[in-house]
Amino acid sequence: MHELTITRHNPAIDPTLHIWGWEISLYLFLGGLIAGMMMITGFFLSRQRFKEATCTCALVPLLSVVLLSIGMLALFLDLSHKLYVWRMYATFKPASPMSWGSWILLLVYPALIGAFLVRPPMYLTKRFAALRRWSAKLHTHPSRIRAVGILNMVLGAMLGIYTGILLSGFGARPLWNSPILAPLFLISGLSTAAALVHLFARDRDESEMLAKADNTFLTAELVSVVLLIIGLISSTKVHIQAAQLLLTGDYAPVFWVLVIGMGIIIPLIIQSLAVRHKVAHMPIAPIMVIIGGLILRFVIVEAGQVSHWTRAALLP
Amino acid sequence: MARYGMVIDTTKCVGCMDCVVACKTENDVPQGYNRDWIAYDTNGQHPNLHMEIRSERCNHCDNPPCVYCCPCGASHIHERGGVVLVYHDKCSGCKACIAACPYDARFIHPEGYADKCTFCIHRVETGMDPACVSVCPTYCMHFGDLDDPNSGVSRLLSSRRNHPLIDEAGTRPQIFYLT
Repeated sequence: MHELTITRHNPAIDPTLHIWGWEISLYLFLGGLIAGMMMITGFFLSRQRFKEATCTCALVPLLSVVLLSIGMLALFLDLSHKLYVWRMYATFKPASPMSWGSWILLLVYPALIGAFLVRPPMYLTKRFAALRRWSAKLHTHPSRIRAVGILNMVLGAMLGIYTGILLSGFGARPLWNSPILAPLFLISGLSTAAALVHLFARDRDESEMLAKADNTFLTAELVSVVLLIIGLISSTKVHIQAAQLLLTGDYAPVFWVLVIGMGIIIPLIIQSLAVRHKVAHMPIAPIMVIIGGLILRFVIVEAGQVSHWTRAALLP
Repeated sequence: MARYGMVIDTTKCVGCMDCVVACKTENDVPQGYNRDWIAYDTNGQHPNLHMEIRSERCNHCDNPPCVYCCPCGASHIHERGGVVLVYHDKCSGCKACIAACPYDARFIHPEGYADKCTFCIHRVETGMDPACVSVCPTYCMHFGDLDDPNSGVSRLLSSRRNHPLIDEAGTRPQIFYLT
């Protein structure tokens, strides 16, 4: 037997770590979603296809600004020393993923505003003449729109990868400590973003195109999850026990049913049939993808905090 | 350049918690929080059981992930002895340092900043031992310069069997337990 008793009982630390709650999970989800939307919008802008992708290029940048603000509010709510939030912008720490993230988030805003100005909604351009002027300036040279597109793709990729590296950089939490987490969160962000555009797009061709893209992203996401699990179960004892939290432990029902089943496999089957015109496109599939992406962040954040070097070593 | 560390003799520690009380008093640690604590670690099969009693705290690692992950520069390595400290007025309370610590040695102070053991640097700088070391009734705790081969801690480490905690996490902890 091996039994460890400690007299410490610090709030949010003992008996199991719980420093990050819904705020961080929601922020990581929104960060991934925005990253995916930036990459999809950037793709269309960089190829000068903004006229055919109405929803992607007109609605998505504005929606991204709103969602990013909600995500940053969630981050702010999570801080326990809120008045000192400005300290993050008083320095840059290259070894800290969180420092990278806080600066990336600041750069994302102007990139989104640039994308928004390519096709600002009519009801806004009627009211604000400045919007019309700035948008017209952007349209004077096609290269400007291409540059905005590339900027959105690059910053979107950085944002999506950062949300994974933020967690995978913590060697103290075995479940998070996997290099697969960054691509997994990026791909999950792309799949939820494609699902969201698929849901909102009124143009049939655009919706169809995004559904096809989403199927590719969902397949890649499934492969990434499998790689994450293989990476953990082929590693040390503490990593194997961390993987067991998802596979057979307390988080297994949510992981298998809501993340893998409802979030990836079922919508993948529905959308695969839909793009082959065997069934009609149903809003339920993209809704499941979006909910699955949100629950993935919750499961990884929660289970990661439970995974531990010492406590895992105590298990048989 | 000194490298401060601790050597704790688990064969002498009785888990009286004097070190815990001394720390709370010296550093005004809020009620319900601990910068140091006692661990009772039992191994073996009945009737052949072995218990190790340890006084634990921040390990002031040589490779401190809590410092590297801090986005504000609040967590830092003190110029004297490599002690890991937190500037309270730079900490935003993001809790990344807490997630990064494999020893769970940090906590959020009720005032919002990340807090932890300081090796009582304010005492050490005036030539005294940390509060926990100075009150230990069994003299099981030793504090000193690990870089000085003639220091008490170095001599104990070279002459006795010892182990750090969770060495495999790669943080190079600077507290060693004699067995």
